[in-house]
Amino acid sequence: MKKKLTCIECPAGCTLTAYIEDDKVVKLEGGKCPKGESYAISEVENPRRIFTSTVRAKGLSVKMIPVRTVAPIPKALIFQMMREIKKIVVTGPVEVGTVIIKDLLDTGTDLVSTRAVQ
Amino acid sequence: MINRELVVVGGGPAGMAAAISAYENGVRDILLLERDQYLGGILNQCIHTGFGLDYFDEVLTGPEYADRFIKKIRNIPEIEVSLRSFVVDLTEDKVLTYLKPGSVETIKAGALIMATGCRERTREMIHIPGTRPAGVFSAGLAQKFINIEGLLPGKKIVIVGSGDIGLIMARRFLLEGAEVEGIVEIKSESRGLIRNMVQCVEDFNIPVYFNHKISGIYGKDRVEKVDIVRVDKEFNKVAGTETRLDCDTVLISVGLIPENELIEMAGVEIDKKTNSPVSKEVNRTSIPGIFVCGNSFKVYDLVDTVSNESIKAGCMIAEYLGYKITCNEE
Ligand SMILES: Cc1cc2nc3c(=O)[nH]c(=O)nc-3n(C[C@H](O)[C@H](O)[C@H](O)COP(=O)(O)OP(=O)(O)OC[C@H]3O[C@@H](n4cnc5c(N)ncnc54)[C@H](O)[C@@H]3O)c2cc1C
Ligand code: SF4
Repeated sequence: MKKKLTCIECPAGCTLTAYIEDDKVVKLEGGKCPKGESYAISEVENPRRIFTSTVRAKGLSVKMIPVRTVAPIPKALIFQMMREIKKIVVTGPVEVGTVIIKDLLDTGTDLVSTRAVQ
Repeated sequence: MINRELVVVGGGPAGMAAAISAYENGVRDILLLERDQYLGGILNQCIHTGFGLDYFDEVLTGPEYADRFIKKIRNIPEIEVSLRSFVVDLTEDKVLTYLKPGSVETIKAGALIMATGCRERTREMIHIPGTRPAGVFSAGLAQKFINIEGLLPGKKIVIVGSGDIGLIMARRFLLEGAEVEGIVEIKSESRGLIRNMVQCVEDFNIPVYFNHKISGIYGKDRVEKVDIVRVDKEFNKVAGTETRLDCDTVLISVGLIPENELIEMAGVEIDKKTNSPVSKEVNRTSIPGIFVCGNSFKVYDLVDTVSNESIKAGCMIAEYLGYKITCNEE
């Protein structure tokens, strides 16, 4: 099977053609750099995205603290993640990179703050 | 009147990079004025990733990108940062007036960098007929509501224009539990980056109506529906192709224009069409000693480019002030 993909690893947005057998990429055309290959493999076998959102803050200098997962997480988990982070209220100062939820939904990646808030 | 060697207006990525670069090239008396209560500018509300790939060789969110510059500024005592300082007047002689909580200050700058960013084009500028109910926002304002204020400004959204901010907000609204009825784009392709079409729109099967424009916004107090219509190559309506979309909110994402009222006030020559200063060289204006950088010079796609060009602005201003600069063309 042949599948057209758009690489989202950088703003160039290369069009990739992946040849797929048994849900595995066997050949790839079109990427301008090696990142295209790892993207295509992940996109075909287990699509992942870096998840970003905000969590509520209380008693701090801002109302919302922006957060991200350190590594990309399975795309299918995104809405479940939203429900999970709605339960959180941050009440103490955070730095960029402070862990807000460890091993979010057993993905092996942490949810961290992306802004320093006092 | 107080004299300052260099005044930087705007504490977004452009103003911060220019101030740091001016310092690194010898300027020691720098005042940075920012009207908001924190540094970082628009990056604070751009919580998604896609920043820094070029400049830091890393995938960062807007706030993370800003944080790197904020930390650097905080470590340079010669750069005085004055927050909640809103510049309201500027003269040709580089005399600035700014408002601080409880006071009005006037200072004279030896040289000036304006890094006031850009603003969004609005409904008035693109002319949409219909009633004027509540619920029409620019996409960037909606971004601020959600990401900074923690408020969801609507539950059923139609987005006009497929600029990057609109695409990013389509996903953001969806994640927050709103429905996105569609994105209406008058051209035959997206104005935004392809990666945003993929990860914000296609990932979530949001309908995009290419070659369509909005032909009316309706509602008594709050938006209730919009009409969209197919257009031909000259962007004229094709009769009989109207579709009605129910919604309570319309987001406008039709582009950005540089914010340059202050330098215009001072007499800098401005291109009426682009709202950029008329200039042969990046960051310069028709008044010597008044420099403009970042999105107020012209609308850049990537913040990484803003940083690089603003570092250049810092060099240019140090040179103007008579310092021996170390950053001539690589
Ligand atoms: C709503 C919106 C969303 C965007 N999203 C993205 C994105 O997702 N990805 C991307 O790469 N780029 C995005 N951009 C482009 C982004 O603006 C630039 O990449 C970058 O932030 C521009 O930096 P800047 O410093 O020129 O402007 P800004 O970040 O806008 O900073 C300007 C600063 O000047 C201050 N200021 C303005 N006027 C005055 C005054 N009179 N007195 C004192 N201070 C003043 C403002 O408060 C602000 O802090 C977006 C732009 C907007 C408007
Ligand atoms: S293949 Fe490489 S150059 Fe092309 S979009 Fe992906 S990361 Fe960018």
